[in-house]
Amino acid sequence: MAMSQPRSATADVVVVGAGVVGAACAYYAARAGLRVAIVDRGSVAGGTTGAGEGNLLVSDKSPGPELDLTLYSLALWKELGSTLDADAFELERKGGLVVAATVSALETLRTLGTEHRALGIAVLELGPDDLHTHEPHLRTGLAGGASYPQDMQLQPILATAHLLRAAIRDHRASFYPGATVIAVELDEGGRVAAVRTPSGRIATPAVVNAAGTWAGDLAKLAGVDLPIMPRRGFILVTEPLASAGEAPPIRHKVYAAEYVDNVASEASDLQTSAVVEGTRAGTVLIGASRERVGFDRTFALPVLRRLAAQAVDLFPFLASVHVIRAYVGFRPYSPDHLPVIGPDPRVPGLLHACGHEGAGIGLAPATADLITSALVGAAPAVDPAPFSPERFAVASVAGEVDG
Amino acid sequence: MADQIVFDGRPLPVLPGQTVAGTLWEAGIRSWRTTRVARAQRGLFCGIGACFDCLATIDGVPGQRACLAPARPGMVVSSRHDPTNAEPPGTTASSGPISAARYDVAVVGAGPAGLAAAATAALGGCRVALIDSAAQPGGQFWRQRGSETGDSEVGGYRDWSVYAGLRSIVEERVDHIPNATVWFTEPGFVLHTTAGRLETVRVVLATGAYDRVLPFPGWDLPGVVTPGAAQALLKGSGVAVGREVVVAGAGPFLLPVAVGLAAGGARVNGVYEAGDPRGYLSRSGSLAGAASKVGEAMAYAAALARRRVPYRIRHAVIAAHGDASVSGVDIARLDNAGQVVAGSVQRVTCDAVAVGYGFTANLDLALMLGCATRVSADGGLAIMVGGEGQTSVPGVYAAGEITGVGGATLAVVEGELAGSAAAQAAGSSDPLSGRDLASLRRRRRRLRAFADAMHAAHALPAGWPAWLEDQTLVCRCEEVPYASVAAAVTDLGATDARAVKLVARPGMGWCQGRVCGYATAELTARLCERDVRRDDLVAFAHRPLAGPILLGDLSRPS
Repeated sequence: MAMSQPRSATADVVVVGAGVVGAACAYYAARAGLRVAIVDRGSVAGGTTGAGEGNLLVSDKSPGPELDLTLYSLALWKELGSTLDADAFELERKGGLVVAATVSALETLRTLGTEHRALGIAVLELGPDDLHTHEPHLRTGLAGGASYPQDMQLQPILATAHLLRAAIRDHRASFYPGATVIAVELDEGGRVAAVRTPSGRIATPAVVNAAGTWAGDLAKLAGVDLPIMPRRGFILVTEPLASAGEAPPIRHKVYAAEYVDNVASEASDLQTSAVVEGTRAGTVLIGASRERVGFDRTFALPVLRRLAAQAVDLFPFLASVHVIRAYVGFRPYSPDHLPVIGPDPRVPGLLHACGHEGAGIGLAPATADLITSALVGAAPAVDPAPFSPERFAVASVAGEVDG
Repeated sequence: MADQIVFDGRPLPVLPGQTVAGTLWEAGIRSWRTTRVARAQRGLFCGIGACFDCLATIDGVPGQRACLAPARPGMVVSSRHDPTNAEPPGTTASSGPISAARYDVAVVGAGPAGLAAAATAALGGCRVALIDSAAQPGGQFWRQRGSETGDSEVGGYRDWSVYAGLRSIVEERVDHIPNATVWFTEPGFVLHTTAGRLETVRVVLATGAYDRVLPFPGWDLPGVVTPGAAQALLKGSGVAVGREVVVAGAGPFLLPVAVGLAAGGARVNGVYEAGDPRGYLSRSGSLAGAASKVGEAMAYAAALARRRVPYRIRHAVIAAHGDASVSGVDIARLDNAGQVVAGSVQRVTCDAVAVGYGFTANLDLALMLGCATRVSADGGLAIMVGGEGQTSVPGVYAAGEITGVGGATLAVVEGELAGSAAAQAAGSSDPLSGRDLASLRRRRRRLRAFADAMHAAHALPAGWPAWLEDQTLVCRCEEVPYASVAAAVTDLGATDARAVKLVARPGMGWCQGRVCGYATAELTARLCERDVRRDDLVAFAHRPLAGPILLGDLSRPS
């Protein structure tokens, strides 16, 4: 793989961040004919991408701009699956299963399902008995659920690595790992002129800020405020359960109906809801927790205990299964919980591709597509207005950001 | 009727104090686990709980390490397990408090360093807990079978009188918590162990080390084990690892293992040392305090010569062969640069091979507590400590192999220093019971200098990556071949060991990088054409959970 130090280079666009969003932006921009340089202070997928579950979900999103972007993005992922070898990054159309413990939770789920169906999304309402034909090891006594066959899963680190590889191999992008951006240089007109790292300078008219949870730091280097903050999450990983090629004991991405509320919640205290799914490696991943505690990487035992209890409640057999590791990550969120995608009106040449919270894997291709359209001056495939950085350009003048 | 366990429906006789692995091995069973990708057979490998290759379902509880589990009469051991059909759910950990009161000092690990630390702190007047995963204190160095009192003559134990002295103090004055593993720590300090929760003001970490291994073709065959496994099997279960054994790798530990096996009835077909210890043995005879160490090595060498066991330096096992289990190894001569000499490879017959290249420190808890690390003289990761075992975290002390591998004598001295420092912090007026701190510190420095010279003489053979074939496994747990590790760097953009782990999955399985960590870090560095960095080693040593825990146990609030 072509890797070198940027002693003195030029590019049409520098993408900052080699996570899934940055890799997708690099791939789409390079495919459109731009000379792309990707820089990252670490290696590939070292931040939030490497700490995720790889969810491509429609089921957890209420109707609105993020769902529209998701539907477009999932279509792009399928396309990428055929261009880049879906098997190499474990793209699986496994489907999601949302389960409701109570009748009232089920009613909320049904209401959302009706709205989803109106948008053309496939939703199957399930009674308590249907649940067990979908997932035989779910506990009894659940009120019902909904099946979302369009939900998919992939291995986010491999997906990132393969996007990056294709950008470099097939479209002559350059990758500079271990290169921390220390300055974004502007010309006398206030436009982006170059990116500087300790090992060199890359002259460029455009910078894509795909620095994930650390996107606010990069924006600051360009002289603007961008309110991207971390929302901590832990994931438990079990021992491998199924042998390779065998049917896994948990077939879908299974989660509790409360998860939808938690995703959209404004609360800063701890929220947890059971999210349980198998992987190609035979393990079961157990999430999901949400906390606003800054960048504290300390493993909090009470949170891990709650995740375990919720998973065992859904799947009683898990009580006799070992957790062999756990990981922590920080979802990059913006005050209105929508991603920030597109040119920043305050600094010509600066584009943001960040703030995807827990949906960055799913939204990466659509984000990259919008960014590339902005870079080459093409018409966007989805209305980019709801994601525009302009909304914070106004907010930061008022000095009002979510802390 | 003799005591028995039942393995897959077959009754097997048990000797008192044996582990399940010891009982299986004695019955001629070399494998009892099937891997998930290649469906390969696995059994004992590290022998002391680090590698998780020997997992079995014991009395209905899956995922138990046969090398640690005591074989109790009537036990039912199974090589198979259906995770969705475990009824009722098992439990292996208690979440209740071990003691209502907070301890002044909790010592983790009851090997030479931990025993010395616990005894010293207790004599200094502290309330001390000593937590250890074994039934008997002593660690790997003074390991004994079950509840038997060790016999220094038969077992070949070194410094038995030191052990007896420390043990009697611990029995009188320390809360010894056996058969317990710490799986999580919280600042302040709360130690979550499989025997329950424990609160303490100070922690002394003496968590020891396990054999460091380098991959080679065939190293995943049943019958290929570490020297530590051979030693633990012999000392702990009274079983010789094979009838015809090859011992290989690097370091002075190979000698007592080979002598022990020969004394235990095995034929040792050769001891192959990759390093060249001649120079340092003659030089360090003059190093004050090292004379007894050199004498020890000479005595072992003489014992090997008496039994006509060939001892070859600058030789290495570069491949193992066999069908169901190992039947022979390829031995190569190494040149000055640690590369295989062309045309020097010879096949040696054996039914077991013990291979290890020094030790890897067990740093789970130290890293969980946030202790700063350094790369030590043997190229492995170690905890940074002050002159009396103080780590970078206030209230946390470290002693023994985790501060840099250096052997049992040094570990005892470090344990005494750390125990006394902890006692002093707890307000003891005479933490060393009248002994001289300065001379103890001098002794520590001398022994450390000797250990560093020893590491230089037993250095890893630089040419080891050339032994690997594309399909040679680097990570035994996740069955990651060398080709995948190489592709992570050359094809998929990984530039450090953490990224290799994320992309190719070495270190993601049951053992969490304990076995493949060193090798993957070094392979990554070489593929990136640079030296191994501390962060490469940390990527495989940092574990948020210090051991597997059942979800059912984790789900219970403490």
